Amino acid sequence: MSVTVLEGKNIVRDYHVGGGLFRPSRTVHAVKGVSFSVDKGKTLAIVGESGCGKSTLARIITLIDPATAGELFIDGKKVDIAKDGLSKEMRRKVQIVFQNPYGSLNPRQKIGDVLGEPLLINTDTPANERRDLAMRMLKKVGLGPEHYNRYPHMFSGGQRQRIAIARALMLNPSLLVLDEPVSALDLSVQAQVLNLLADLQDEFKLTYVFISHDLSVVRYIADDVMVMYYGEAVEYGSRDEVFADPKHSYTKTLFAATPRADVASIKARLAKKKAA
Amino acid sequence: MPLLEIKNLTVSFDTAAGPFMAVQGIDLSIEPREVLAIVGESGSGKSVAMLAVMGLLPNTATVKADRMAFDGIDLLELSPSERRKIVGKDISMIFQEPIASLNPCFTAGFQIEEVLRFHMGMDRAQRRARAIELMKLVGIADPEERLNSFPHQMSGGQCQRVMIAIAIACNPKLLIADEPTTALDVTIQKQILDLLVGLQAKYGMGLIMITHNMGVVAETADRVIVQYKGRKMEEADVLSLFEQPKSNYTRALLSALPENAVGDRLPTISDMLFEPAPSAAGTGSATGAAS
Repeated sequence: MSVTVLEGKNIVRDYHVGGGLFRPSRTVHAVKGVSFSVDKGKTLAIVGESGCGKSTLARIITLIDPATAGELFIDGKKVDIAKDGLSKEMRRKVQIVFQNPYGSLNPRQKIGDVLGEPLLINTDTPANERRDLAMRMLKKVGLGPEHYNRYPHMFSGGQRQRIAIARALMLNPSLLVLDEPVSALDLSVQAQVLNLLADLQDEFKLTYVFISHDLSVVRYIADDVMVMYYGEAVEYGSRDEVFADPKHSYTKTLFAATPRADVASIKARLAKKKAA
Repeated sequence: MPLLEIKNLTVSFDTAAGPFMAVQGIDLSIEPREVLAIVGESGSGKSVAMLAVMGLLPNTATVKADRMAFDGIDLLELSPSERRKIVGKDISMIFQEPIASLNPCFTAGFQIEEVLRFHMGMDRAQRRARAIELMKLVGIADPEERLNSFPHQMSGGQCQRVMIAIAIACNPKLLIADEPTTALDVTIQKQILDLLVGLQAKYGMGLIMITHNMGVVAETADRVIVQYKGRKMEEADVLSLFEQPKSNYTRALLSALPENAVGDRLPTISDMLFEPAPSAAGTGSATGAAS
């Protein structure tokens, strides 16, 4: 039987932009009532252009920011960090991987300390166990024990993203939010990281919320797809439904804009160029 | 006569661990009105080769070539001041990060007019008129108003349009676009690519497109050069590259596209690269420095 890990009902997030002496304050509706649910071991992909509220939604799901209105359930339990604050137990359940692996690692922290930190803050694991767990996790994500004492600048972009993924997995979360994890990476490195994510999902029965603007990546990794546009979910359904029959005009624009790398479309383009 | 002709270009950087060869013997030529794409992952030396053409590399770089000629002018013989008359006028370049490549202290209008003042010697009124014309050409709404905007007041797509306006201000013969859309959304990417290809056709420029995105190559290029670790792996026209890739590396690149995934796993470059990789002095952390 499938278990619902994450459920959101009518999530709203407003930001108040403070006015000045002669300027009235404004309210920006970043997320306007979005509902979704994800089963255990599945991947929900959220697609949209920059500024459509997908990262705001990621922050709400990761329990960094509270929602202005609406209900969020994680493992069937209602969570409201605005009222109750965030317990360590909840933090262990949800983790996030950010977009830019160059910005999300502290340049003064060794990789071993990066990986040990979640355990240090959220659990009372003794130091030697933290070290063992960090070593084991390094191997899981395809790095070695020799990387334990290195600093982030000694790694390439793909390796750093592996470290960020390892850090997110240190607490054995059930839900992992991935905010554009591969958009800063090269094609070949992107393939490696996507493979790693797929392997880890199988091994730990992880649930992913995968945020991206690259439809070809989404098609590869997602089970369900939600398309956001100006804070609203304009399309939500299983991957095959959305890709086979996009309904909203924005989704269609998005499909049309994605570059196609097949021989037929190159032929069509060259023929058109010749005619012009 | 080719617009740009490069024979046996080598670029090396002096590092603490000895010289690092970023580009190892690249041949390249582009005809007028042609769109050439250079594809490769980061560290393959694709940007460095073009920066060498522009003369924008730092002092630690050593550029050697048998021939490097633009429009019949030997770039290796030129003095820096003579080169500055060509670069930015007849050859111009667009960079990857639109917001970072504009100067945050000056308005978009000032930065467009600066090129016109330096290369074309136009007076104030002519510059203003030409700047407005350029802004319209690259598809910025309210050009008169936008001339007074600073880079931080514009979106990434708009900044990239301003960069393109600066690059085409003096009607260049060759435009080099270094990953022009990597930092942008798909929908904006489409608009910028259409704009670049449209301008290329309209003004008959040569266009060199540096990218790691095979989709971008498929949508824009006439001819493609595939580069890996500073060496040329393959050169072909776009159709035959996608239909019958010759080198294993190209095949690997094409199969790493997520839309080509067969089954659950994406093939990666290391799975596919049977032929021994060309020996390179640095690996790992050195690749970051070259990009």
